[in-house]
Amino acid sequence: MNFERPVSEDDLHGYVDDRLAPGRRAEVEAYLEAHPEIAARVADYRSQNEALREAFAPAAAAPIPPDLNLERMVAAHRARTSFAGWRLAASLALTLGAGATGGWLVRGMSNPPQAGVAALSREAADNYKVYAADRARPVEISGEQQAVLTEWISHRLQRPVATPDLTSAGYNLMGGRLVATAHGPAGLFLYQNAEGVRLAVFVRVMGERDRNASMANHDVNGVESVAWADDGLGYDLAGPVQAGALRPIANAVRRQTLNSGEIRD
Amino acid sequence: MNSGRDQPTVRNEALTNDKARAMNDMIRLVEPLIPALRRYAGGLTRNPAEADDLVQDCLERAVSRWGQRREDGDVRTWLFTILHNLFISRARQTKRRGPHMPIEEACETSLVSQPSQEHRLRHNELVNAVAALPQDQKSVLLLVTVEDMSYADVAKVLAIPLGTVMSRLSRARERLRRDLSGEGAGRAQTILRRVK
Repeated sequence: MNFERPVSEDDLHGYVDDRLAPGRRAEVEAYLEAHPEIAARVADYRSQNEALREAFAPAAAAPIPPDLNLERMVAAHRARTSFAGWRLAASLALTLGAGATGGWLVRGMSNPPQAGVAALSREAADNYKVYAADRARPVEISGEQQAVLTEWISHRLQRPVATPDLTSAGYNLMGGRLVATAHGPAGLFLYQNAEGVRLAVFVRVMGERDRNASMANHDVNGVESVAWADDGLGYDLAGPVQAGALRPIANAVRRQTLNSGEIRD
Repeated sequence: MNSGRDQPTVRNEALTNDKARAMNDMIRLVEPLIPALRRYAGGLTRNPAEADDLVQDCLERAVSRWGQRREDGDVRTWLFTILHNLFISRARQTKRRGPHMPIEEACETSLVSQPSQEHRLRHNELVNAVAALPQDQKSVLLLVTVEDMSYADVAKVLAIPLGTVMSRLSRARERLRRDLSGEGAGRAQTILRRVK
């Protein structure tokens, strides 16, 4: 046979990897027919390819571990960069708000709570029962990585959300996680005091009609909670503590969130 | 003056939205490539934990450098380049300190878990043969075959001329062929049955 261009080693690999233009491919095929020794080598290479793909396929099919969660990495990155100024403002607000006493009126007592906040309390209580009771892994991101946690929740709620500080009430941040509700993602922050009592702060975006709601107490199957909404963000403080004891802590949380600036529209 | 007070807020929100959009794009484009990055890293390191460590480093760099990336560039090539460079610099460090994990500890079940025992044996043998390749050849072979990357993209990822890609590919294939069809290695014959 007569070949216009001699078949090179590169052509053989191009043939093995299916990278040749159809015309060249036909020429290589004709060449291989005329050279069985080389055709055998090329056939070997092709079965190598197949076996390699098969052997390495499981490595790409394995579930992605949480350490490789891209959204979390983005949140951590934003914590280090774009929100740095806001975080400074938020931490200042937390420091300033810690000692003050609030003059918040207990308006929720006389009015029946709006449906939106009642739903919020139910979700908070449900999540409290599942996660606060978990001795092995109550939180997904520990309090030591507070910036990561804050930015993860902020990213998913698409609102800057500060992690409330309850140390003035004797509760230290254990950490938190993102949880699912019928109304979208919510942030769950867990706290624990020296006696091992755990409290939760639950936060999510509220529906259009419930953008603002005054503080209201709810008792959902033995979990006490205080819920309210400011500027479209709903909060619930939940725990196995009497409502009277929860209220001052809720007031402190509310002051912190209101003082953290950007939350206001 | 209300408008004067509101303006900075609006601008900040626009900025935040831009950044959020860029990050959403990043997640949308990068996330589907994570399995392939893990596979390539696994082929390079033969150690799943080390591989995932490498991929994590790679993704963190991708997140922080997303804005500096050439908009028209191919995301996959970009990511594999980052991963490869990280691997090379780690390999240099490991060489200085000595390997912290013997190669036998490479988790074969996660790298090559197969339905049948026969398959497992065949694949282990192949994976071992790939692991025994010189690093330069291994990268080229894995990118071309397992990752199905074009020769030109492989050249970009490894920062070598196209001719070098081809010669390394050729040497890798020859060596695998020789290693797997060695006399007495009965099982190997089933992997690469020579047409004679």
